[in-house]
Amino acid sequence: MALISAELLVKTYRVGDIDVPAIKGVDFSIEPSSFVAFVGPSGSGKSTLLNMIGCLDHPTFGTLKVLDTDIATLDRRAAARFRGEHIGFVFQDFNLIPVLTVFENVEYPLRMVQKWPAEKRRTQVLRMLEAVGMSDQADKRPDQISGGQKQRVAIARALVSQPKLVLADEPTANLDHDTAHRVLELMKKMRDDFKTTFVFSTHDPKIMGEAEIIFTLEDGRLDSDIQQEELGHA
Amino acid sequence: MLDVLSIASRNLLRYRRRTLLTLLLIVIGMIAVLLFIAVAGSFKSMMVSQFTDSVLGHLQVHRKGYVASIDNLPLNLNMKPGMVAKVEEALKQNAAVETWSPRVKFGGMFSNFAETTSIRVNGIDSAREAATTPLLASRMIEGEQGALVGKGQIVIPVLLARGMKTKIGDTVVLVATNRDGSVNGKTFVVRGILEGISGPGGRDGYIHIDDARDLLRMQEAEVSEIAIRLKDFSRLGQVETQLKQVLGGLTNKEGKPVLDVHTWADLSPFSSLAKMIDLMTLFIKIVLVSIVLVSVMNVMIMAVFERIREIGTIAAIGTPPSRILSLFLAEGLMLGIVGTVAGTVLSLAAIFGINLWRPTFAFGQQQNLVMAPTIATGDVLTIAVLVVVVAIIASLQPAWKASRMDPISALRHV
Repeated sequence: MALISAELLVKTYRVGDIDVPAIKGVDFSIEPSSFVAFVGPSGSGKSTLLNMIGCLDHPTFGTLKVLDTDIATLDRRAAARFRGEHIGFVFQDFNLIPVLTVFENVEYPLRMVQKWPAEKRRTQVLRMLEAVGMSDQADKRPDQISGGQKQRVAIARALVSQPKLVLADEPTANLDHDTAHRVLELMKKMRDDFKTTFVFSTHDPKIMGEAEIIFTLEDGRLDSDIQQEELGHA
Repeated sequence: MLDVLSIASRNLLRYRRRTLLTLLLIVIGMIAVLLFIAVAGSFKSMMVSQFTDSVLGHLQVHRKGYVASIDNLPLNLNMKPGMVAKVEEALKQNAAVETWSPRVKFGGMFSNFAETTSIRVNGIDSAREAATTPLLASRMIEGEQGALVGKGQIVIPVLLARGMKTKIGDTVVLVATNRDGSVNGKTFVVRGILEGISGPGGRDGYIHIDDARDLLRMQEAEVSEIAIRLKDFSRLGQVETQLKQVLGGLTNKEGKPVLDVHTWADLSPFSSLAKMIDLMTLFIKIVLVSIVLVSVMNVMIMAVFERIREIGTIAAIGTPPSRILSLFLAEGLMLGIVGTVAGTVLSLAAIFGINLWRPTFAFGQQQNLVMAPTIATGDVLTIAVLVVVVAIIASLQPAWKASRMDPISALRHV
């Protein structure tokens, strides 16, 4: 069974009196433990698609199922609960909480979202920090570590609650090429170790090659849909 | 909850200067309010006790209509012995009443055989009056200590003594018109001179109650008023209600009540000064609420505005809206609690300091009254709870805004 499936997915934003289509009827499915990239230029709809998969936004039309849950049926609270239980997030700007240490940042989802008991929490956080190679930086604050290290911490935070799915919106955009490569290697390793599905977006051609499955978006449509349309017209 | 408080405290410490400035405002506000309550409260209670313990007592019972025409000291509105006995029985039954003093009051002429002037005379039982108005004896600036006034003696106010050039031991004459309209006179020896409490105009003299009845040729032991002293002044309102209920049962032939119960505040124009102090206390509390409300709301609005992306992040990773709300409310709560604790400690230290310093002031004719501010635990708790509640209320709107923030918009915020 697919982890994520989309049918005729449409997302339209209303700007003033004008409807601006961001996603124009896409179909796709993603299997568990995949390492998937949505690629395309800025404004192609990558972030919009990731936001919908991450239950941060609702489709205007069509069906999007994540872990067999139709995300259109989730209200604000249910969506937050769903994200907390099943989805990890990695952000372009790392988005670590500056007043918390590396350890506490990774601990945050277990402490403030899932409320794990303290000892179990500590064991899991140390395990994740070990996995991303940040054990020795556990007591530092985000402003005391490098960009690559921050993204490692962010990956550990995304994985700490053992989600089925991790979404990463342009996770390497603020990293140099070598660091970006290492971060993607780490994400792959995490996928292998924890059987987590990674879905990320990028517009960097050097990075997209790291993905095992690539969906190319252009002007709100997937490349495969465009090709099918062109074949149909022909 | 501890997790929320821990993160909230770190967020407050993130902007130390702003947090400290906000705390400083709360602390200054609290000190201002608590000091004002303590100083104004002690001044008020001193002022009230000057009147109650020197002249009025805490409560007074009169015949209905007496107070309305009290300037004339009407003899036809005195209480008859039967009525007095019933009042005294009611007072005996009330455990909150410490003691009481019956008085016969009348207006008369005071003569030193060379000059004559008007005087307001209080016929009293010395022992009972001293128990009911314990400061009365201390106002005697000339004359021997001991019983306030014996039979054949008179205590006169200082201004009258000076105006009439009357000294201790002089013989004077009191002339009064009794209820039937006939005039009677009686000689008295000046036993003491009383200091006024409210400045010029005090014309109250004191003679023995039996002399008063004799002078007025009363056939019965009538009483103009009964001044009452309570064991606990704070129960004034409660006792007033009880006495009104009990004495309200005493009715005339038409079934209308014949007695009135008045508190000191009903009888003294200075009660409006006490009310003014209460009003000023309320006003300064409103200022405190405004200070806390504006300063905490300002700091929380800034906190939300500066942390929009952070809010988007924690919302995206699944933090429930209610928990985001509680994170920001906790910051307001901690500001309120820390400000309250610091403000209370500093205020109590300041009150203690004033008590060590013992500054003096004058009130009316009274000089060198020592300012000894005190504050009730209830007042401190009320203000503390007020500050904390207002701090939470001030955080409510920014916290609500943070909890309702759309994660996508928040994450895009630059």
